[in-house]
Amino acid sequence: MSDDIKVDKVFDLKGLPCPMPVVKVSKGIKEVEIGQVIEALSTDPGALSDFPAWARTSGNEILKTEQEDDVIKFYIKRNV
Amino acid sequence: MDMQNIESQFTELKSQLDALSKKTPEDKCSMVVFSGDLDKVLAAFVIATGAVAMGMDAVMFFTFWGTSMLRDKAKSVGGKDIMSKMFGAMLPKGTSQTKLSQMNMGGMGTAMMKSLMKKKNVASLEQFLEMAEELGVRIFVCEMTMDLMGFKREEMIDYKNLEFCGVARFLEEAANSKVQLFI
Repeated sequence: MSDDIKVDKVFDLKGLPCPMPVVKVSKGIKEVEIGQVIEALSTDPGALSDFPAWARTSGNEILKTEQEDDVIKFYIKRNV
Repeated sequence: MDMQNIESQFTELKSQLDALSKKTPEDKCSMVVFSGDLDKVLAAFVIATGAVAMGMDAVMFFTFWGTSMLRDKAKSVGGKDIMSKMFGAMLPKGTSQTKLSQMNMGGMGTAMMKSLMKKKNVASLEQFLEMAEELGVRIFVCEMTMDLMGFKREEMIDYKNLEFCGVARFLEEAANSKVQLFI
């Protein structure tokens, strides 16, 4: 977990290929309040471009993206 | 400028805006699923479920070869003529009987692809259909194909947002969609 970001809910999407990461996150983000932050873990390389595209379209915000080995971590703030 | 003039201009502008907003396409993805091939229909479902994730509505219009897989394997209906029976027997009944458009190799290629999909965690057509239903993807079934191939409504799958319709109903949706695809 990143030091400066308070995470309200974690979604482990490791091993799931397209389109599951965005499908799960678009549903999952509704489980937190507006303004809260979720952390999504994905091993899908396509998620690197898919998550920003999803965020731009849906109006949510990716605060930070981290990559450790094969795992990509997204910190996403629910804006809508 | 006198007040009345401004008011009438405002009313006119407002009606123009209303007319314009009716013409603006909605955040919707409409596709024709013409193919009954496993790989192509899989792509259609990836796009449909992805569209919902992107905040769009998704409509899939199943026509011609695409229609066949929407039959429920567990259901059977009688009273069909010989041609309908033949079509019914030769075409895939249910998503599990669909084949790859390429490299089917007498079913071996399809079996290999299915096992590979499982290994790589790619959802199967059955899982996609379930997911699509849960996400509110609407499925339209072409009436003309149903009649042509002798399929009956009673033998089609149970799906929440399923509608039997014609091309006009699909075009009504497509005309209001930002994304339109033919698969």
